[in-house]
Amino acid sequence: MTSDAHNLALLLLLAIPLVGSLVVFALPNGSERLAKQVTLLASVLTFIYAVVLGVEFKTGGNRFQFVGSWTWIKSLGVHFAFGVDGIALVLIVMATLLVPCVVLASWNSFDTVAGAEETAPADAPNRSPKTYFALLLLLEVFMVGVFAATDVFLFYVFFEAMLVPMYFIIGSFGGPRRQYAAVKFFLYSLLGGLLMLASVIGLYISAGSSSFAFADLVGKVPEGATQKWLFLGFFIAFAIKAPLVPFHTWLPDAGAEAPAGGAALLVGVLDKVGTFGFLRYCLPLFPEASRYFANPILILSVIGILYAAFLAMGQRDMKRLVSYTSVAHFGFIGLGIFAFTTQGETGAVLYMVNHGMSTGVLFIVVGFLVSRGKSRIVSDYSGVAKIAPRLGGAFLLAGLSALALPGMSTFISEFLTLVGTFTRHKALAIVATAGIVLAALYVLLLYQRTMQGPLSAKVAAIKDFPDLSAIEIAAVAPLITLILVLGVYPKPVLDIINPAVKFTMSDMHQTDPQPSSLVQSGGSK
Amino acid sequence: MSALSVVTAGHGLLAAGTDVGTIPVPSISYAAIAPILIVLGAACVGVLFEAFVPRGQRFVAQVVLTIAALVAALLDVIAIRGHSVVTASRALSIDPATLYLQGTILVMAILSVLLLAERSVDSGSSIVAQAAVVVGSPADRRLATSERVQTEVFPLALFAVGGMLVFPAANNLLLMFVALEVLSLPLYLMAGLSRRRRLLSQEAAIKYFLLGAFASAFFLYGLALLYGYANSVNLADILTAQNTSTQSDVLLYLGFGLLIVGLLFKAGIAPFHSWTPDVYQGSPTPVTAFMAACTKIAAFGAILRVLYVGFSISAWNWRPIIWVVAIASIVVGSVFGLTQTDVKRILAYSSIAHAGFILIGVISLDKAGLAAILFYLAAYGFTTIAAFGLVTLVRDSNGESTHLSQWSGLARRSPLFAATFTFLLLALAGIPLTSGFIGKFVVFKAAYHLAGPLVVIALIGSAVAAFFYLRIVVMMFFAEPPEDGPSVTIPSAVTTVAITVGTVGTLVLGVFPQPLLDLANNAAKLRG
Repeated sequence: MTSDAHNLALLLLLAIPLVGSLVVFALPNGSERLAKQVTLLASVLTFIYAVVLGVEFKTGGNRFQFVGSWTWIKSLGVHFAFGVDGIALVLIVMATLLVPCVVLASWNSFDTVAGAEETAPADAPNRSPKTYFALLLLLEVFMVGVFAATDVFLFYVFFEAMLVPMYFIIGSFGGPRRQYAAVKFFLYSLLGGLLMLASVIGLYISAGSSSFAFADLVGKVPEGATQKWLFLGFFIAFAIKAPLVPFHTWLPDAGAEAPAGGAALLVGVLDKVGTFGFLRYCLPLFPEASRYFANPILILSVIGILYAAFLAMGQRDMKRLVSYTSVAHFGFIGLGIFAFTTQGETGAVLYMVNHGMSTGVLFIVVGFLVSRGKSRIVSDYSGVAKIAPRLGGAFLLAGLSALALPGMSTFISEFLTLVGTFTRHKALAIVATAGIVLAALYVLLLYQRTMQGPLSAKVAAIKDFPDLSAIEIAAVAPLITLILVLGVYPKPVLDIINPAVKFTMSDMHQTDPQPSSLVQSGGSK
Repeated sequence: MSALSVVTAGHGLLAAGTDVGTIPVPSISYAAIAPILIVLGAACVGVLFEAFVPRGQRFVAQVVLTIAALVAALLDVIAIRGHSVVTASRALSIDPATLYLQGTILVMAILSVLLLAERSVDSGSSIVAQAAVVVGSPADRRLATSERVQTEVFPLALFAVGGMLVFPAANNLLLMFVALEVLSLPLYLMAGLSRRRRLLSQEAAIKYFLLGAFASAFFLYGLALLYGYANSVNLADILTAQNTSTQSDVLLYLGFGLLIVGLLFKAGIAPFHSWTPDVYQGSPTPVTAFMAACTKIAAFGAILRVLYVGFSISAWNWRPIIWVVAIASIVVGSVFGLTQTDVKRILAYSSIAHAGFILIGVISLDKAGLAAILFYLAAYGFTTIAAFGLVTLVRDSNGESTHLSQWSGLARRSPLFAATFTFLLLALAGIPLTSGFIGKFVVFKAAYHLAGPLVVIALIGSAVAAFFYLRIVVMMFFAEPPEDGPSVTIPSAVTTVAITVGTVGTLVLGVFPQPLLDLANNAAKLRG
């Protein structure tokens, strides 16, 4: 990437939440209401601006658009370089949509969303909502940055920096075992990140490049053992982040202990960085190694789909359950990515977007339920839909999107992923399909146990069990609407994703197997 | 006559190669060694101040004198930047790398002296008024609360700085030994001067002294063997001798091994690290900061000079040794650090691990490696001084509270303190946007092509070490404050300045490292 392009668009996208975050940090203590308003304003502005960029994005244009590059550390060849391809763009839009929803979800019942159900009241002073919202915006800066960076070094910087606000969101505002979960989350990610750092350095040296710019590194890594080692460094980092089985054990703890809003962002966006990393860095930079390791990874993905689904069914804790469903879903994404077919990759990207929204909304709704019932245990609830029908409805819709019901956008992505895998690896695709059935099982069982049947004694004992408020509806409505709309008409998103997938495939000199696709995927035939 | 022959013999040793019997008059470039002279001269004036300045004005006079001398020396170093001379019978090499190291040592020394000059957080200062009083005696108890101060610590610090300035410049092993002693002896004393917890402080001083004396003996023994091998104590001559000498290589290897042990000891590298945690914990915290930053820089300067100038052609011989001690340092620092419960000890183990990281840069023995180490040393110096500076502020009625459990919930009382300390810990852990990350990155990058597995070990070590940095963060932010926990004292301007400079340095070097990278890159030249 030459450094003659100085498009400020993506820099501005980073600047809005950054300024918002600094303003919220600087607000005097006690001005909670103002903090929320500023946060909401900043996040909504960011989202609107991201949508504007999405509309401006030319689907037939260059691979990277809105490219801006400035020299940062000259002697290391590091650039402050941004640019988005279709994959990064849709993920950025998804992430920026999720943030205002999380802000709204944390609006009134901040403490309860924070999972305060079992914590001592003495804890209360530390849970300054101001800090929480400021951290959310700071996290948004890093999330957008990690997708928008086109310099491997810069990507790494955002990748690691992301850990810090999330660490404090979990550690300061999480559930009873938040310290353990926060440290576990941080250390797992850091270990992966440091292995990646070794690979980043190795990549720079073995590519013989004097720059860390993505475009300067693609196709430069010599094939052979070096490429395989470098691939593994990146892969382990992303596999921990994603998380793929067997690197997943931090997620259920982090997902369960994080406040619901934090968990929505953690699983919805942060974990996408792992799968995004596979697509953006592992495949184009190390094509030979990717092919070499594809089969073990595909098998791990399928194991993940089934294993996590069974674990999800066995969970008593709702948030752990949702976390495990995510692990299973990441199996599908891994399958789609490492099948090396256009449908598979496209499906995987669409899956990332859908999963961000559907898990986000599921975590938020579970958060609503937990904040009312003061418990995360499934068996403490029953018949909730009778007293809170809107909550029950939202819960059902979120659950259905998680199990990929036809008509929901998640169905399209799951279908594409499986079709893409089927053309190359029939047996794996067939086994993975069993995951759909299991998904229906764990989601519907959860819904049935909590929402239906007679009202449980514990819920009945709670005097104040209101239905969803207007703000809470506003938090989930955009996500559910989008999931339904994309379920019927996914073309705009697919049109953006497709060219980027083609570029990725051509970077690794990969063609689709014959006979080609069963599904029209953006004019590939 | 006998006196003359001693001088001659001594000189022959210093300026080996010249005929014994004639008395050469070494030409000395006074301009190049002016910074050293300024510091040592000011130290002598400081001693006179002790004798003649009235007690009431002594503290201010000493602080002003010390700071002025260090600043003057720093300005002089800046003024003669770009110089490259070998002077005093080839015993001193004032080359770009030396000047960079001297400048860094002086900056860190100024910050440390600012910490030493703090008088408002403890009654009097952090330095005991009468170090020789028996611990636990009534006189000792009176001392703890008295406002009396002793100011000898300032000339002592200046002498130590003088030794540190010579240490990385010495091309002559005998001079290097003298510098080692000049910098060590004041430090042994300073370690025992803590106002609180006297027994721990005295223990630290004795331990440091005894082990340091051992290390010096090793150094000296190695020097003797190398002299036997090369017939010279000059590093450049030792280098040539490795091609021409007819002596047994055993002398060379044994001599090198013993010599390097002495240097590794000063740099606090495992397995010669055992003094570090005790001394760091027992010393007055400003002195710990001084040792952690300045001594480490000086010691690495000397290691670099010995390896680059004296032993570059036998690199394949000593590289395995560096591998082993670097791995040992990283493992010891990051694993043993996990079990510590005292913040100062944690920082001590962190310094051992960091010494291992820095040593990795030595492996490549090229310009990039040298530049990377120079950058790392400066970055680490800023971070560690600010960190120890912050440690001085957490106090209860018994003085500093350094036990980890006493730090629980500090973030609630002092969010700014906790945020700053967290930032410094993240820098020590090597998280991006801090100088620690850039430092690690350049060092690992320089070593990668020769020592890829070592880099991976170092990175895993960093991940392990991150755990104990996180423990402190967890304590401060996520734990309940105890009933009668310590509080964060508001320091006077001197400490505030030192901490601010250290923290800002850490941030700036993490975000805009280019100027210092350039500086280190231009300075990466050692002359034999």
